[in-house]
Amino acid sequence: MKSGEVIVSVQDLYKSFGPKKVHQGVSFDVHDGEILALFGGSGTGKSVVLRSMIGLEKPDSGKIMFEGRDIARLGEDDLIDIRRKIGYVFQNGALFDSMSVEDNLAYPLIEHTKLTKEQIHARIGEMLDLIGMKGSEKLLPASLSGGMQKRVGAARAIILEPKVILYDEPTAGLDPYNTHRLLELMKKIQGRGTKNAAIFVTHDIPAAFEVADRIAILYLGKIHTIDTTENIKNSKDPFVRSFISGEENR
Amino acid sequence: MQTRTDFFRRLGAQFMTSLQFAGGVFALGLDCIREAVRPPFYFYLTIEQCFLIGVRSFILVAVTALATGSVMALQFGYGLQKFGGQLYVPKLLALAFVREMGPVFTSLLVAARIGSGITAEVGSMNVTQQVDAIRALGTSPIKKIVIPRLIATVVTLPMLTVFANFIGIFGGMLVTVKELGQTPDFFFQKAVEALRVSDFVMGFIKPVVFAVFIALTACYRGMRTTGGTRGVGDSTTWVVVTTNIFIMVSDFFLTKLFILVHPYK
Repeated sequence: MKSGEVIVSVQDLYKSFGPKKVHQGVSFDVHDGEILALFGGSGTGKSVVLRSMIGLEKPDSGKIMFEGRDIARLGEDDLIDIRRKIGYVFQNGALFDSMSVEDNLAYPLIEHTKLTKEQIHARIGEMLDLIGMKGSEKLLPASLSGGMQKRVGAARAIILEPKVILYDEPTAGLDPYNTHRLLELMKKIQGRGTKNAAIFVTHDIPAAFEVADRIAILYLGKIHTIDTTENIKNSKDPFVRSFISGEENR
Repeated sequence: MQTRTDFFRRLGAQFMTSLQFAGGVFALGLDCIREAVRPPFYFYLTIEQCFLIGVRSFILVAVTALATGSVMALQFGYGLQKFGGQLYVPKLLALAFVREMGPVFTSLLVAARIGSGITAEVGSMNVTQQVDAIRALGTSPIKKIVIPRLIATVVTLPMLTVFANFIGIFGGMLVTVKELGQTPDFFFQKAVEALRVSDFVMGFIKPVVFAVFIALTACYRGMRTTGGTRGVGDSTTWVVVTTNIFIMVSDFFLTKLFILVHPYK
């Protein structure tokens, strides 16, 4: 496990949607340089944690501390700065369907940097090389496969070199080959030398074991367990064992 | 008794939904004002929307105005014939078009074409998380989506209305000349004689009010669309129905207000 300073601290998060209590005191820290996988059954609010961490959802109470600021209390204007530093990889890519791959990747650079056209073009080339999609610049999202869309979504999320990358079920719906490619991409992104952390929300236990440094399990609105991948694999806790083996009805 | 209670409960729920909608649209309008004056400004997106909303609606508006003007001239001409009132056709046609037919018909057409288009586009973006992506990438959906569409509708709808007025009156003139034997000079002289500056002001302010409502309602509903493709369809239908009702009902109140401010002599 790469242990560094705490980069994001989620503290005692509560969130309800109408009568449904989704979070009832979710707390965990994410350290510099690590990949934290967040497990949980369907409807346990894993994606809501990620959405709250980038200000797309407002928690009812609790704190999300990042660079000394509480994301949960920031307004839209202040969140713009935060969102430059936290990349979000959406479950289905969420690419702008009227824009080509190139324009999707150029979007954050045009909005937040003063790079010249040539520099933007070069940066896009570098990103496409990283995701193994050189030559796809002019394609529209509709002509890409699900796996390719997710890889372009990941490239768009990291093009500004954020300090934290949030992956929302990136391997969902992918075949084993594309799952492997995406996990390799995540490792490549993490190993590029930039000091960043990643949170990886997933149902895919083998995928999490492959890339995560630590694993947190969300259950009944709280973090039931958080530990290193090795410790989770060898856990004697009956809930953890049944969860990772898929024996219990979650 | 149970049925009556249910009825009032449903009525109350419907009232609260309407109130929530009115508040939401109003808040969106305030957000637009707040964000429109701060950089970054997306002029290119606004110009693009002006083209999509204004230029692409022109043929529809022109054909409808021409047909409406022609039909009105026929109806007025033959309807007034038995009273010897055919000479009033140019005046009636000009007044009806500039005060009512131009603004209302053009707005209804734009509400159907553009309101539905905006809702479907924004609704699809919302259900595929593209609106969230705009926010997650550190940009504002209000600046990127709502303001360009609002400005484009407010700019182009009054312009389309002016075109519709000219084309409708022109269509009426063609029929009047051909069917009723009046000369073009006589037609235009009488039409211009009938119109006052306040009629043009009324005919200009109405589409501005309608444009604000159409664009804000379509964007508001689009950005709250859920439920996949079916949700997009429902939102689109809802926006067309709501904007059409608003246009017809508010037209009465706007007309009444104008008459109070500028009484007819």
